[in-house]
Parts: sequence; structure tokens; C-alpha cells
Amino acid sequence: MEVCNCIEPQWPADELLMKYQYISDFFIAIAYFSIPLELIYFVKKSAVFPYRWVLVQFGAFIVLCGATHLINLWTFTTHSRTVALVMTTAKVLTAVVSCATALMLVHIIPDLLSVKTRELFLKNKAAELDREMGLIRTQEETGRHVRMLTHEIRSTLDRHTILKTTLVELGRTLALEECALWMPTRTGLELQLSYTLRHQHPVEYTVPIQLPVINQVFGTSRAVKISPNSPVARLRPVSGKYMLGEVVAVRVPLLHLSNFQINDWPELSTKRYALMVLMLPSDSARQWHVHELELVEVVADQVAVALSHAAILEESMRARNLLMEQNVALDLARREAETAIRARNDFLAVMNHEMRTPMHAIIALSSLLQETELTPEQRLMVETILKSSNLLATLMNDVLDLSRLEDGSLQLELGTFNLHTLFREVLNLIKPIAVVKKLPITLNLAPDLPEFVVGDEKRLMQIILNIVGNAVKFSKQGSISVTALVTKSDTRDADFFVVPTGSHFYLRVKVKDSGAGINPQDIPKLFTKFAQTQSLATRSSGGSGLGLAISKRFVNLMEGNIWIESDGLGKGCTAIFDVKLGISERSNESKQSGIPKVPAIPRHSSFTGLKVLVMDENGVSRMVTKGLLVHLGCEVTTVSSNEECLRVVSHEHKVVFMDVCLPGVENYQIALRIHEKFTKQRHQRPLLVALTGNTDKSTKEKCMSFGLDGVLLKPVSLDNMRDVLSDLLERRVLYEGM
Amino acid sequence: MDTLIAQLQRQFRDYTISLYHQGFLDDQFTELKKLQDECSPDFVAEVVTLFFEDCEKLISNMARALDQTGNVDFKLVGSSVHQLKGSSSSVGAKRVKGLCITLKECCDSQNYEGCVRCLQQVDIEYKTLKAKLQDLFNLEQQIVQAGGRIPQVDI
Repeated sequence: MEVCNCIEPQWPADELLMKYQYISDFFIAIAYFSIPLELIYFVKKSAVFPYRWVLVQFGAFIVLCGATHLINLWTFTTHSRTVALVMTTAKVLTAVVSCATALMLVHIIPDLLSVKTRELFLKNKAAELDREMGLIRTQEETGRHVRMLTHEIRSTLDRHTILKTTLVELGRTLALEECALWMPTRTGLELQLSYTLRHQHPVEYTVPIQLPVINQVFGTSRAVKISPNSPVARLRPVSGKYMLGEVVAVRVPLLHLSNFQINDWPELSTKRYALMVLMLPSDSARQWHVHELELVEVVADQVAVALSHAAILEESMRARNLLMEQNVALDLARREAETAIRARNDFLAVMNHEMRTPMHAIIALSSLLQETELTPEQRLMVETILKSSNLLATLMNDVLDLSRLEDGSLQLELGTFNLHTLFREVLNLIKPIAVVKKLPITLNLAPDLPEFVVGDEKRLMQIILNIVGNAVKFSKQGSISVTALVTKSDTRDADFFVVPTGSHFYLRVKVKDSGAGINPQDIPKLFTKFAQTQSLATRSSGGSGLGLAISKRFVNLMEGNIWIESDGLGKGCTAIFDVKLGISERSNESKQSGIPKVPAIPRHSSFTGLKVLVMDENGVSRMVTKGLLVHLGCEVTTVSSNEECLRVVSHEHKVVFMDVCLPGVENYQIALRIHEKFTKQRHQRPLLVALTGNTDKSTKEKCMSFGLDGVLLKPVSLDNMRDVLSDLLERRVLYEGM
Repeated sequence: MDTLIAQLQRQFRDYTISLYHQGFLDDQFTELKKLQDECSPDFVAEVVTLFFEDCEKLISNMARALDQTGNVDFKLVGSSVHQLKGSSSSVGAKRVKGLCITLKECCDSQNYEGCVRCLQQVDIEYKTLKAKLQDLFNLEQQIVQAGGRIPQVDI
């Protein structure tokens, strides 16, 4: 018997079922084989898959399962033992692997699951980061907007532009519906709607500043959300919108210049705020984000700074304009003052001449009148006229001198003169009065006092006369002593240190009297104009009180100092002054001749081209004079009458010789008329010399009073004429040609 | 020829000195001579001529004024004599000047006879001087023509 080693299936073979099983097994096998292949393929592809060996295991498991199923294919029909064996082996292997795999999966699946969780977590994180990225980008955008806004705001210093720009830019950046700025009014009690974004012409709309909402906003530097229904937010009629957008308000500090202390940040000291109100678009359901609020706060601060800059600029512009105006005004004032001074000087010059001319005429004519035959009463009257007019002339001179002195336009006329003689002359002048008052005057001249000095003789005499005159005037008894010495240093006044330099020295004159004395308190007032100590005793003395003031000014001009010392009332006083004089080179040893004669060295030895005018009615003497002058080289023009002389005389003529032999004053008047003609150009006036036949004192005085510069005795010799012309041109004055 | 010049010059000198000593001329005339130079060679002659013309005019004026007996214009006489005095002192006519002073005094005191007398004297005097100066000038001319130089006379 053949024993069939085939294994008989358990149940009877159903053909269709079998077929289906067969096909399924076949496909399973294919699938089971391809899955690992796929797995391997894809694992090979991916580099990061960490559980490779798991896959291998899995692969093996699947392969074996597949193998099992494949081998199963052969078991549907009778099959040999080998197949059964292989089947069994496969199954066993499969069982082993699958169990191993199952065991493995227990470990692995939680891991795998956690991977998944982590993956989820990371994805969430990534999403979150994305969101934050978006936020940051938004913020950066915002920051850029702020920078741009600030730049816009700060690029202008015009207040209006700043505010307008702020609103516009904010509106744009934040896409606002409305933006408004409320400024405090001048009184500070109300806020006035000053600028809005959309409305071009805001109605003059004010709200009181003490509203709670406003106080709330002003109380903090942050942007505050306020209700859309608050008075500051109700800018336009509510036109049936459902929901008004959210409104935020922020305070804008209005800084003043004085608020900028270094350590004191404006927050502490500022008092005035403006209110900026920002409204989101209605019906947009947008909310104010934090970063937007921050933007608003930053902008508000920037606006404050920009406004303060604008304010500073305005201030400085205003100050500059003010200064310019003041400058212009000052300039104008200065020019007016100069004009006034010039006008005054012109006036003084004219008045000087205008006043002096009639004065001279009065004095001259009065003195002429004196010489005619008069009854005693007439003589008395004429003498009074003469005295009064002399007084008046002196007064006028004083006043005019003083005003010129104050001007600083007075200049010293320096010349060489004999100092000793000057003192003696002064004494001679004062002696008559002193004798009458029984006041002996003594003169002490220091032995080292130079004899010939350079200075303004006339003015020095005026000073000494004034001081000595005062001494005599204010002394009722006692004596007067005049001392003159050379001083080397002044111990009285520490500021005033006199140092004799080479050719200069300081002359000190002390006039001591034993008169009424002066109260020490009054001493400073002495040198002021028109002041006189009003004691009854001195009331009787005349004088205008200008003397000391003028003397002081002359002394100052001579670079000196003058002061008065007194021990008190009734104890007399001493007037002391120092003046600077030059030492003359002319030898001080020539004391033989009592009165030094001017050495006869003609400095102008030829007068070539010197233009002179000769006026003489007498033809012969005219010709002789002309001949003389022509011989000396002058260019001579002759005229024979006063009128012709006046017509012809011009600034080209340096000297005019006029014959005044005829009695009467017509000829003298020509001198006055010439003075008049040259009032404006005083320095161009020719020198006037009178040629006369008689030489007495009255003629000389007459000539002086009529303004002639010199007198010559006719007939003139050639040498005489030569000397005279020389001297005349040197010194511009000649009263010695007698 | 030299002798002639020397003679003429001596004559000139003597004559000039005599004129001074006799009081016809004084220092002023010397001064006038000093003014004569190359630029104005006839200065003295011109001046003197003018003086004599002046004299003539003034004297005739005064004579006419004095002729109006009973209505003598002493002021006119006074001013004329003043002029004459000035002229004569300018040229150095010493005697004429002296007479003018006397005439002036007469005029001031309105002394008719005195004036007339003085005027006559003035007239004589000036004519005499004129003649003498004419002689002097002739002498000068002769010297110059002879080729000599006019001598400087120091008084």
C-alpha cells in the first residue's frame, strides 16, 4: 500500500472558496513582500529615521508572513512533506519574529507617540513664533512710522505745521477716523479745539478744563482710553453709526523755555497741557493695541519737544527782531543827537559871532564916543554903557567858552611866554582892587621856576586871575599870598601822580587867603556851574559863578588838577592847582633885557606869491605900499574904496592892508564886514592889518576891538614891512609893529 | 669919459645930500629908492609924478573951497589936506608934510586967513620940490646915458 504522505485537508475542498483563498493569499503575499521593499526603499531614502532595526524586524516579520502565505498557496492542494516542512519552518520563524516584534513595539510605540506629541508641540511653537514675528514686524512698522512722524514733526519749526503734520501722520499710520487736538486757552480755564484731521474748519468749540475725563488724561503720561461720548470726543454729529470706534486721549505737555532745567525733567514743572484725541474708525471692531498706545505716547512726547523748539525759535526770532528794532532806534537817536550837537555847535558859532559883533561895535563905539566932547553927565552915561557892555562881553565869552569846553572842542593855543611876567601882570591887574580893600597881596615865585614856558598864556592868565580874583572877592580882611613852584609829585591825590617828563614840568600855584573860608561840605559844589555859597556877606559880590567851573576845565585841559582846601568857615581857604607846561628851548638865562624882544630873524625871508590886498584911498600911499610889497615878492591887488575891497577880498588873499588914516569909523567897519564875510570859513579869513598915521593907545584898542589882527605905523620902511609880514604869518597876530 | 661920469656922479651925490639937508626930502624917500629894482626901474619916478598930480588936484580943490568966501567948506579942505599929508609922507616930501600939518591945524580951527596963507606956501613948496626932483632925474639920465651907474647915496 502506498502510504500517502500528503496531508489531507481537514475539510472538503470547496472549489470557489478555495479559489478565492488562493487569490487572496497570493495578493497578501505580494503585498507582504512589497511592503518591506517599499519600507527599505523609503528608509534608505530618508536619513533620519531612527528606528531602522525596528523596521528590519518589521520587515522580516512581514516577509515571513508573506512567505507563509505564499507557501500556503501550495497547501491548498496535496503537497509533499517538504512543502509542509518549509511551511512549518516559515510559520515558526514568523511566530518568533512577530512575537519579538510585538515585544519590541511595547517599547517603541510610546516613544513614537511622544515623538508625535513633540511634533505637535513644535508645530504649536512654530505657529506662536510666527504670530510673534508678525507682531514684531508690526511693531517695527510702527517704530518706523514713529520715526517718520518724528522726522516730519521735527523737520519744521513752525508750530502750526508741527501740529497738523502730527495729526495727519498719526491718522495715516494708525488708520484713524478722526484726530483732534485741544489747546488750552489763554486764560487756562478752557480747552479749545484747535486742529482736527478731517474737518477743515473746526467750529470754535471749547470745553472747560476741569472735566473729570480731562483730569484723568492729564494726570498720567500714558494714553488713556476714554468714552466716545465724552465731550472731547464728540466732534461731529453722530450720524447714525452703530458703534463709535474706541477713543484714546493723551496729554501733550506744552513746555516753556523756563521749563528746561538740566536736572528737572519737564514733567515736574510743566503746567499746561494740550489734549490729543484719537478715534478709531467706527464699525470696525478694531481695538487699541498696546503698541499703538505706545506709539501715541511717544508721538505726544515728540510733539511736546518739537513745540518747545518752535517756541524757542519764535522767542529768539522775536528777541532778534526786538534787538534790531532797538538798534535802529538807537542809531536814529544817535544820529539825532549828533545832529543836535552839530546844530548846537553851529548855533553857538553863529551866536558867538552874532553876539560878539554887536558887542564889539557897542564897546568900540562907546569908547570912541568917550573921546569926543561930552558933557559930564553924558560922559558918565557913556562910561556906564562901556562898563556894562564890557561885563556883558566877558559874560558872553565865559558862557561860550564853557560850552566849547564841555564840548571838548576848545583847544589850547600854545605859545611861548614869560611865566614871571604873567604873574606880575596878574598882580598888577588885581592890585587896584586889593588896595581898595586893603588886602596886601604877596607873590612868591620859586627860584627854580622856569621863565620861558610853552603853554596857553591867555587861558593860564584867566585861571590865575579867576582864582586870585575870587580870593580878593571873598576876603574882607587879612592878606593874600600867591605862591608858584615846580612840583614833582602830588602827594594829595593818589590817583594823580605827576611825573615831570623831559621838556615838561608841572606848575603848582597856591593862592591862600584869610577870608570867609568855606564849609568843607560845600567844597565839591564849588566847581559846578552857577553855584555860589550863599552867605550874606558874599551876596553883594557880582559874578555869575562860572569862573571856577571854567577854570577847572581849563586846568583839566592842561592835564592838571585843581582843588580847594579850607579849614572851615572863617578860617580862610587855599586854592591850589597844578598844570602841565612845556619848557621853552629859548634860553632862560637871557634876563638882561627886562622884556625879552622877539629876535629879529625873519623866518619868512621871501614872500613870493603871497597874495595881499591893499586898500588905500590915497593914490600915492597906495602906490608906495604896493611897491613895498611887490619888492618883497608879494602878489598885490589894490583897491581904493571900502566897497571895492569887500567885493574883491577872497580867501586867496592872505593879508589885507587897510588904510585907516581918515578919522571916523568907516574904515574900521570894513574889518567887521570882512569878518562877516568869512564867518563860515573862519580859517580862510585873511589877516587884517591897519595902516595908520597915529600910534596912540586908543587907535590900537580901536583896531583890536574891530577885529584887526595888527596895526602898522605909516610910513612903513622896507625892513619894518619885512619883519612885520614875517611875524604876522608866524603868529597871526601883531600888535607890536608900533 | 670917466671923468665926466665921475663928475656927474659927484654932482648927483652932492645934490641929493643937499636936498636931504635942506629938508626937502626925508628917510621915506630913501625907502622909496630902495624899492626901485630891475622889476620896477622907474618906480620912484612914477610915484613922484603921481604925487605931484595929486598935489595939483588937491591944492586946486582947496583953493576953490577957500574961494567961496562966507561959505567955506572947511570939512572939504580938511579932508583934502589930510590926503595931501598922507601922500607927502608916503613919498618923503618933508617940507610939504610939515606945511600940511600947519594947514590942518588952521583948518580945524577954521582960521580962514591962516588956511589961505598956508595953502599958498604949500603950493610954492610943492612946485619947488617938483623942480628940484626934476633936476635930480635929469642928472640920473645923464649919468646913465654916459654909461655910468647911479651912485648909492647914504644919508
